[in-house]
Amino acid sequence: MALSYLASSSSRSNLLKPLSAALSCTPSFRRPISSAADDTRTLTIETSIPFTAHQCEPPSRSVDTTPKELLTFFRDMATMRRMEIAADSLYKAKLIRGFCHLYDGQEAVAVGMETAITKKDSIITAYRDHCIFLSRGGTLLEIFSELMGRQGGCSKGKGGSMHFYKKEAGFYGGHGIVGAQVPLGVGLAFAQKYSKDGTVAFALYGDGAANQGQLFEALNIAALWDLPAILVCENNHYGMGTAEWRAAKSPAYYKRGDYVPGLKVDGMDVLAVKQACKFAKEHALKNGPLILEMDTYRYHGHSMSDPGSTYRTRDEISGVRQERDPVERVRKLLLSHDLATEKELKDMEKEIRKEVDVAIAQAKESPMPEPYELFTNVYVKGLGVEAFGPDRKEVRALLP
Amino acid sequence: MATLFQGVGAATAFSASKSLDSSKFQLPSRRFLSERNASFLVVRSDGRVVPRSNARARRAEQLITNAVATKPDSSAASTASKPGHELLLFEALREGLEEEMDRDPQVCVMGEDVGHYGGSYKVTKDLAEKYGDLRVLDTPIAENSFTGMGIGAAMTGLRPIIEGMNMGFLLLAFNQISNNCGMLHYTSGGQFKIPVVIRGPGGVGRQLGAEHSQRLESYFQSIPGIQMVACSTPYNAKGLMKAAIRSDNPVILFEHVLLYNLKERIPDEEYICSLEEAEMVRPGEHVTILTYSRMRYHVMQAAKTLVNKGYDPEVIDIRSLKPFDLYTIGNSVKKTHRVLIVEECMRTGGIGASLTAAITENFHDYLDAPIVCLSSQDVPTPYAGTLEEWTVVQPLQIVTAVEKLCQ
Repeated sequence: MALSYLASSSSRSNLLKPLSAALSCTPSFRRPISSAADDTRTLTIETSIPFTAHQCEPPSRSVDTTPKELLTFFRDMATMRRMEIAADSLYKAKLIRGFCHLYDGQEAVAVGMETAITKKDSIITAYRDHCIFLSRGGTLLEIFSELMGRQGGCSKGKGGSMHFYKKEAGFYGGHGIVGAQVPLGVGLAFAQKYSKDGTVAFALYGDGAANQGQLFEALNIAALWDLPAILVCENNHYGMGTAEWRAAKSPAYYKRGDYVPGLKVDGMDVLAVKQACKFAKEHALKNGPLILEMDTYRYHGHSMSDPGSTYRTRDEISGVRQERDPVERVRKLLLSHDLATEKELKDMEKEIRKEVDVAIAQAKESPMPEPYELFTNVYVKGLGVEAFGPDRKEVRALLP
Repeated sequence: MATLFQGVGAATAFSASKSLDSSKFQLPSRRFLSERNASFLVVRSDGRVVPRSNARARRAEQLITNAVATKPDSSAASTASKPGHELLLFEALREGLEEEMDRDPQVCVMGEDVGHYGGSYKVTKDLAEKYGDLRVLDTPIAENSFTGMGIGAAMTGLRPIIEGMNMGFLLLAFNQISNNCGMLHYTSGGQFKIPVVIRGPGGVGRQLGAEHSQRLESYFQSIPGIQMVACSTPYNAKGLMKAAIRSDNPVILFEHVLLYNLKERIPDEEYICSLEEAEMVRPGEHVTILTYSRMRYHVMQAAKTLVNKGYDPEVIDIRSLKPFDLYTIGNSVKKTHRVLIVEECMRTGGIGASLTAAITENFHDYLDAPIVCLSSQDVPTPYAGTLEEWTVVQPLQIVTAVEKLCQ
């Protein structure tokens, strides 16, 4: 994975560090990408737009980052982008069935959030979960196996696109019913407060789910007991086919918390997301819940069955792609700060494409789940019974 | 837990197994329920210690012949020393809850008015003073979200007990119970377990009106991944509460509004009832009567009349509504060849309907007559007292049904 590649190169080239430090004061030199990858000097970059706050002080527009981090951003987001596009073709080839909700365009939210928190903090989201699973430490092979329903998938092939989970990394899914994950997220925060371990829970939902009653119930509960819950509204402006102004009387989702402070963030700017999440974590640990509204956009339709063009114009989509694309923004940053060349970034993308293709090929070869897996994991302990399918001959399983 | 058992008047069987029971009581609780051959100790209220090492070696339990809701139970203890203590059903639930909260700091309670108010049926009285507001949590009236909150907390390792003030209110949380509680273990490929207990009173009370007198066992029974139990006596209330809390599966514990003031003498020692076993209330020869919750008492009342008329009914309190204890039920059917199901659930798609199907599928050859299922009527519970009486099954109807069945 991207992060391990960079980590290994940093250990190898520790000797180069004093050399690169000397070079850093002459930015006109084009440094090779591998040394920029280890460079941990601080760069301060301004976010695209300032934050808008509701009932709290917004964080500063200037974000500290390092070249290494920027390269990581690029690599992770490019991997996500490539993965989602590959999933698109797999769906059209009927290897992925059912519902497939793609995240391309919104990568900055996943990557920025992950940078600001630890694996001990929890993230829970709805069904647009492929990229968040990846950023939480999932592998491409697990993702494609699960999408194709193979037993090597992260949920053993029994969950599917909408049910990715990774317990060790604090990723709690992966939920199909709109809005139902928000009370679960508040429950995660409750458990964190109960065990006093200084971590927070991020509960992601969309602009469509922002009108669910259980969200406001959960907000009330979280605010009442000062739970370290951060509710993140990934506002891509369309709830399936309904634009936000047609579904919500007040589309200012960051203000809908009323007594709960809110922050509106440009969700296509990974540095803004990182700053906002860092601010949110500090705030939640001291003062209780916070709403973050990520102003983002999805290029695909709601899911693969939705062309995405019946309720919005192609000009709008290509306009956002030209002006606000998250991967392009980081690419421009890398080029303008001379941290990498065009060619190096293109090579990186080619490498990522190959990685994704290898994972898909491996996943295609992997086996389907065994028939007896139909009955496993219904209960934690299977009561020692023997379960079988309707004909009692073909499918049999002895449960633990 | 202190296992001081008054030796005065105890049967000799006890002294022989003395070494056995002291070690058994030290066992970690998960062992009690981890094997199908549930190896736990049941201390019967008459003082005998019965090691239940093998389901097949089970013996008939001491019956309680006049366990009727209207009369205080007096035959439960028969030894001279009268071990154990007497209490009401809601106190038994509280005792079980308190013991489990002492034992495991991850156990917490959440629900409406469970904390400072003490619980609308006093099941959690004084617990908030003892354990604090975070462990006995007063929630706002938001069933959907606090049930979801409990389930989310359970995903991280907490063991919440979610109380619905009335089971009917949990309909608002049905999505959370069905999709997140029941299915998460499966859809995550076994990564998350949801050890919640969802409990609350249900059933037809005294003229509480349609929306507060719902029989919802049928609504929840199809949810894959959950277990359902119904308690009926203080003894099994405490035992089932403890077992449900210790279980790693989500368990729905159905209590009944009218049974909270039942009094019974229960043992001082720690004990658990198995979540998947039925209780033999009265062994017999002529007909098997399967029942649960409040209808057990109507059945026992009818049984008195039946005995006077010369019938010998076998009464089984099925306790476990999902999954059914087909072992006990099957043995009974093989003995008596006639089955009568008496339940308070709805006629259409109720527990009785499922049980009829299960028995017919598995024991059809042993039946001499079609299974008769007496359940409550498919109507919203009316307010008027006389109409409400006719909504549920009355002892007279049970007697008539048995007489017809045994012709």
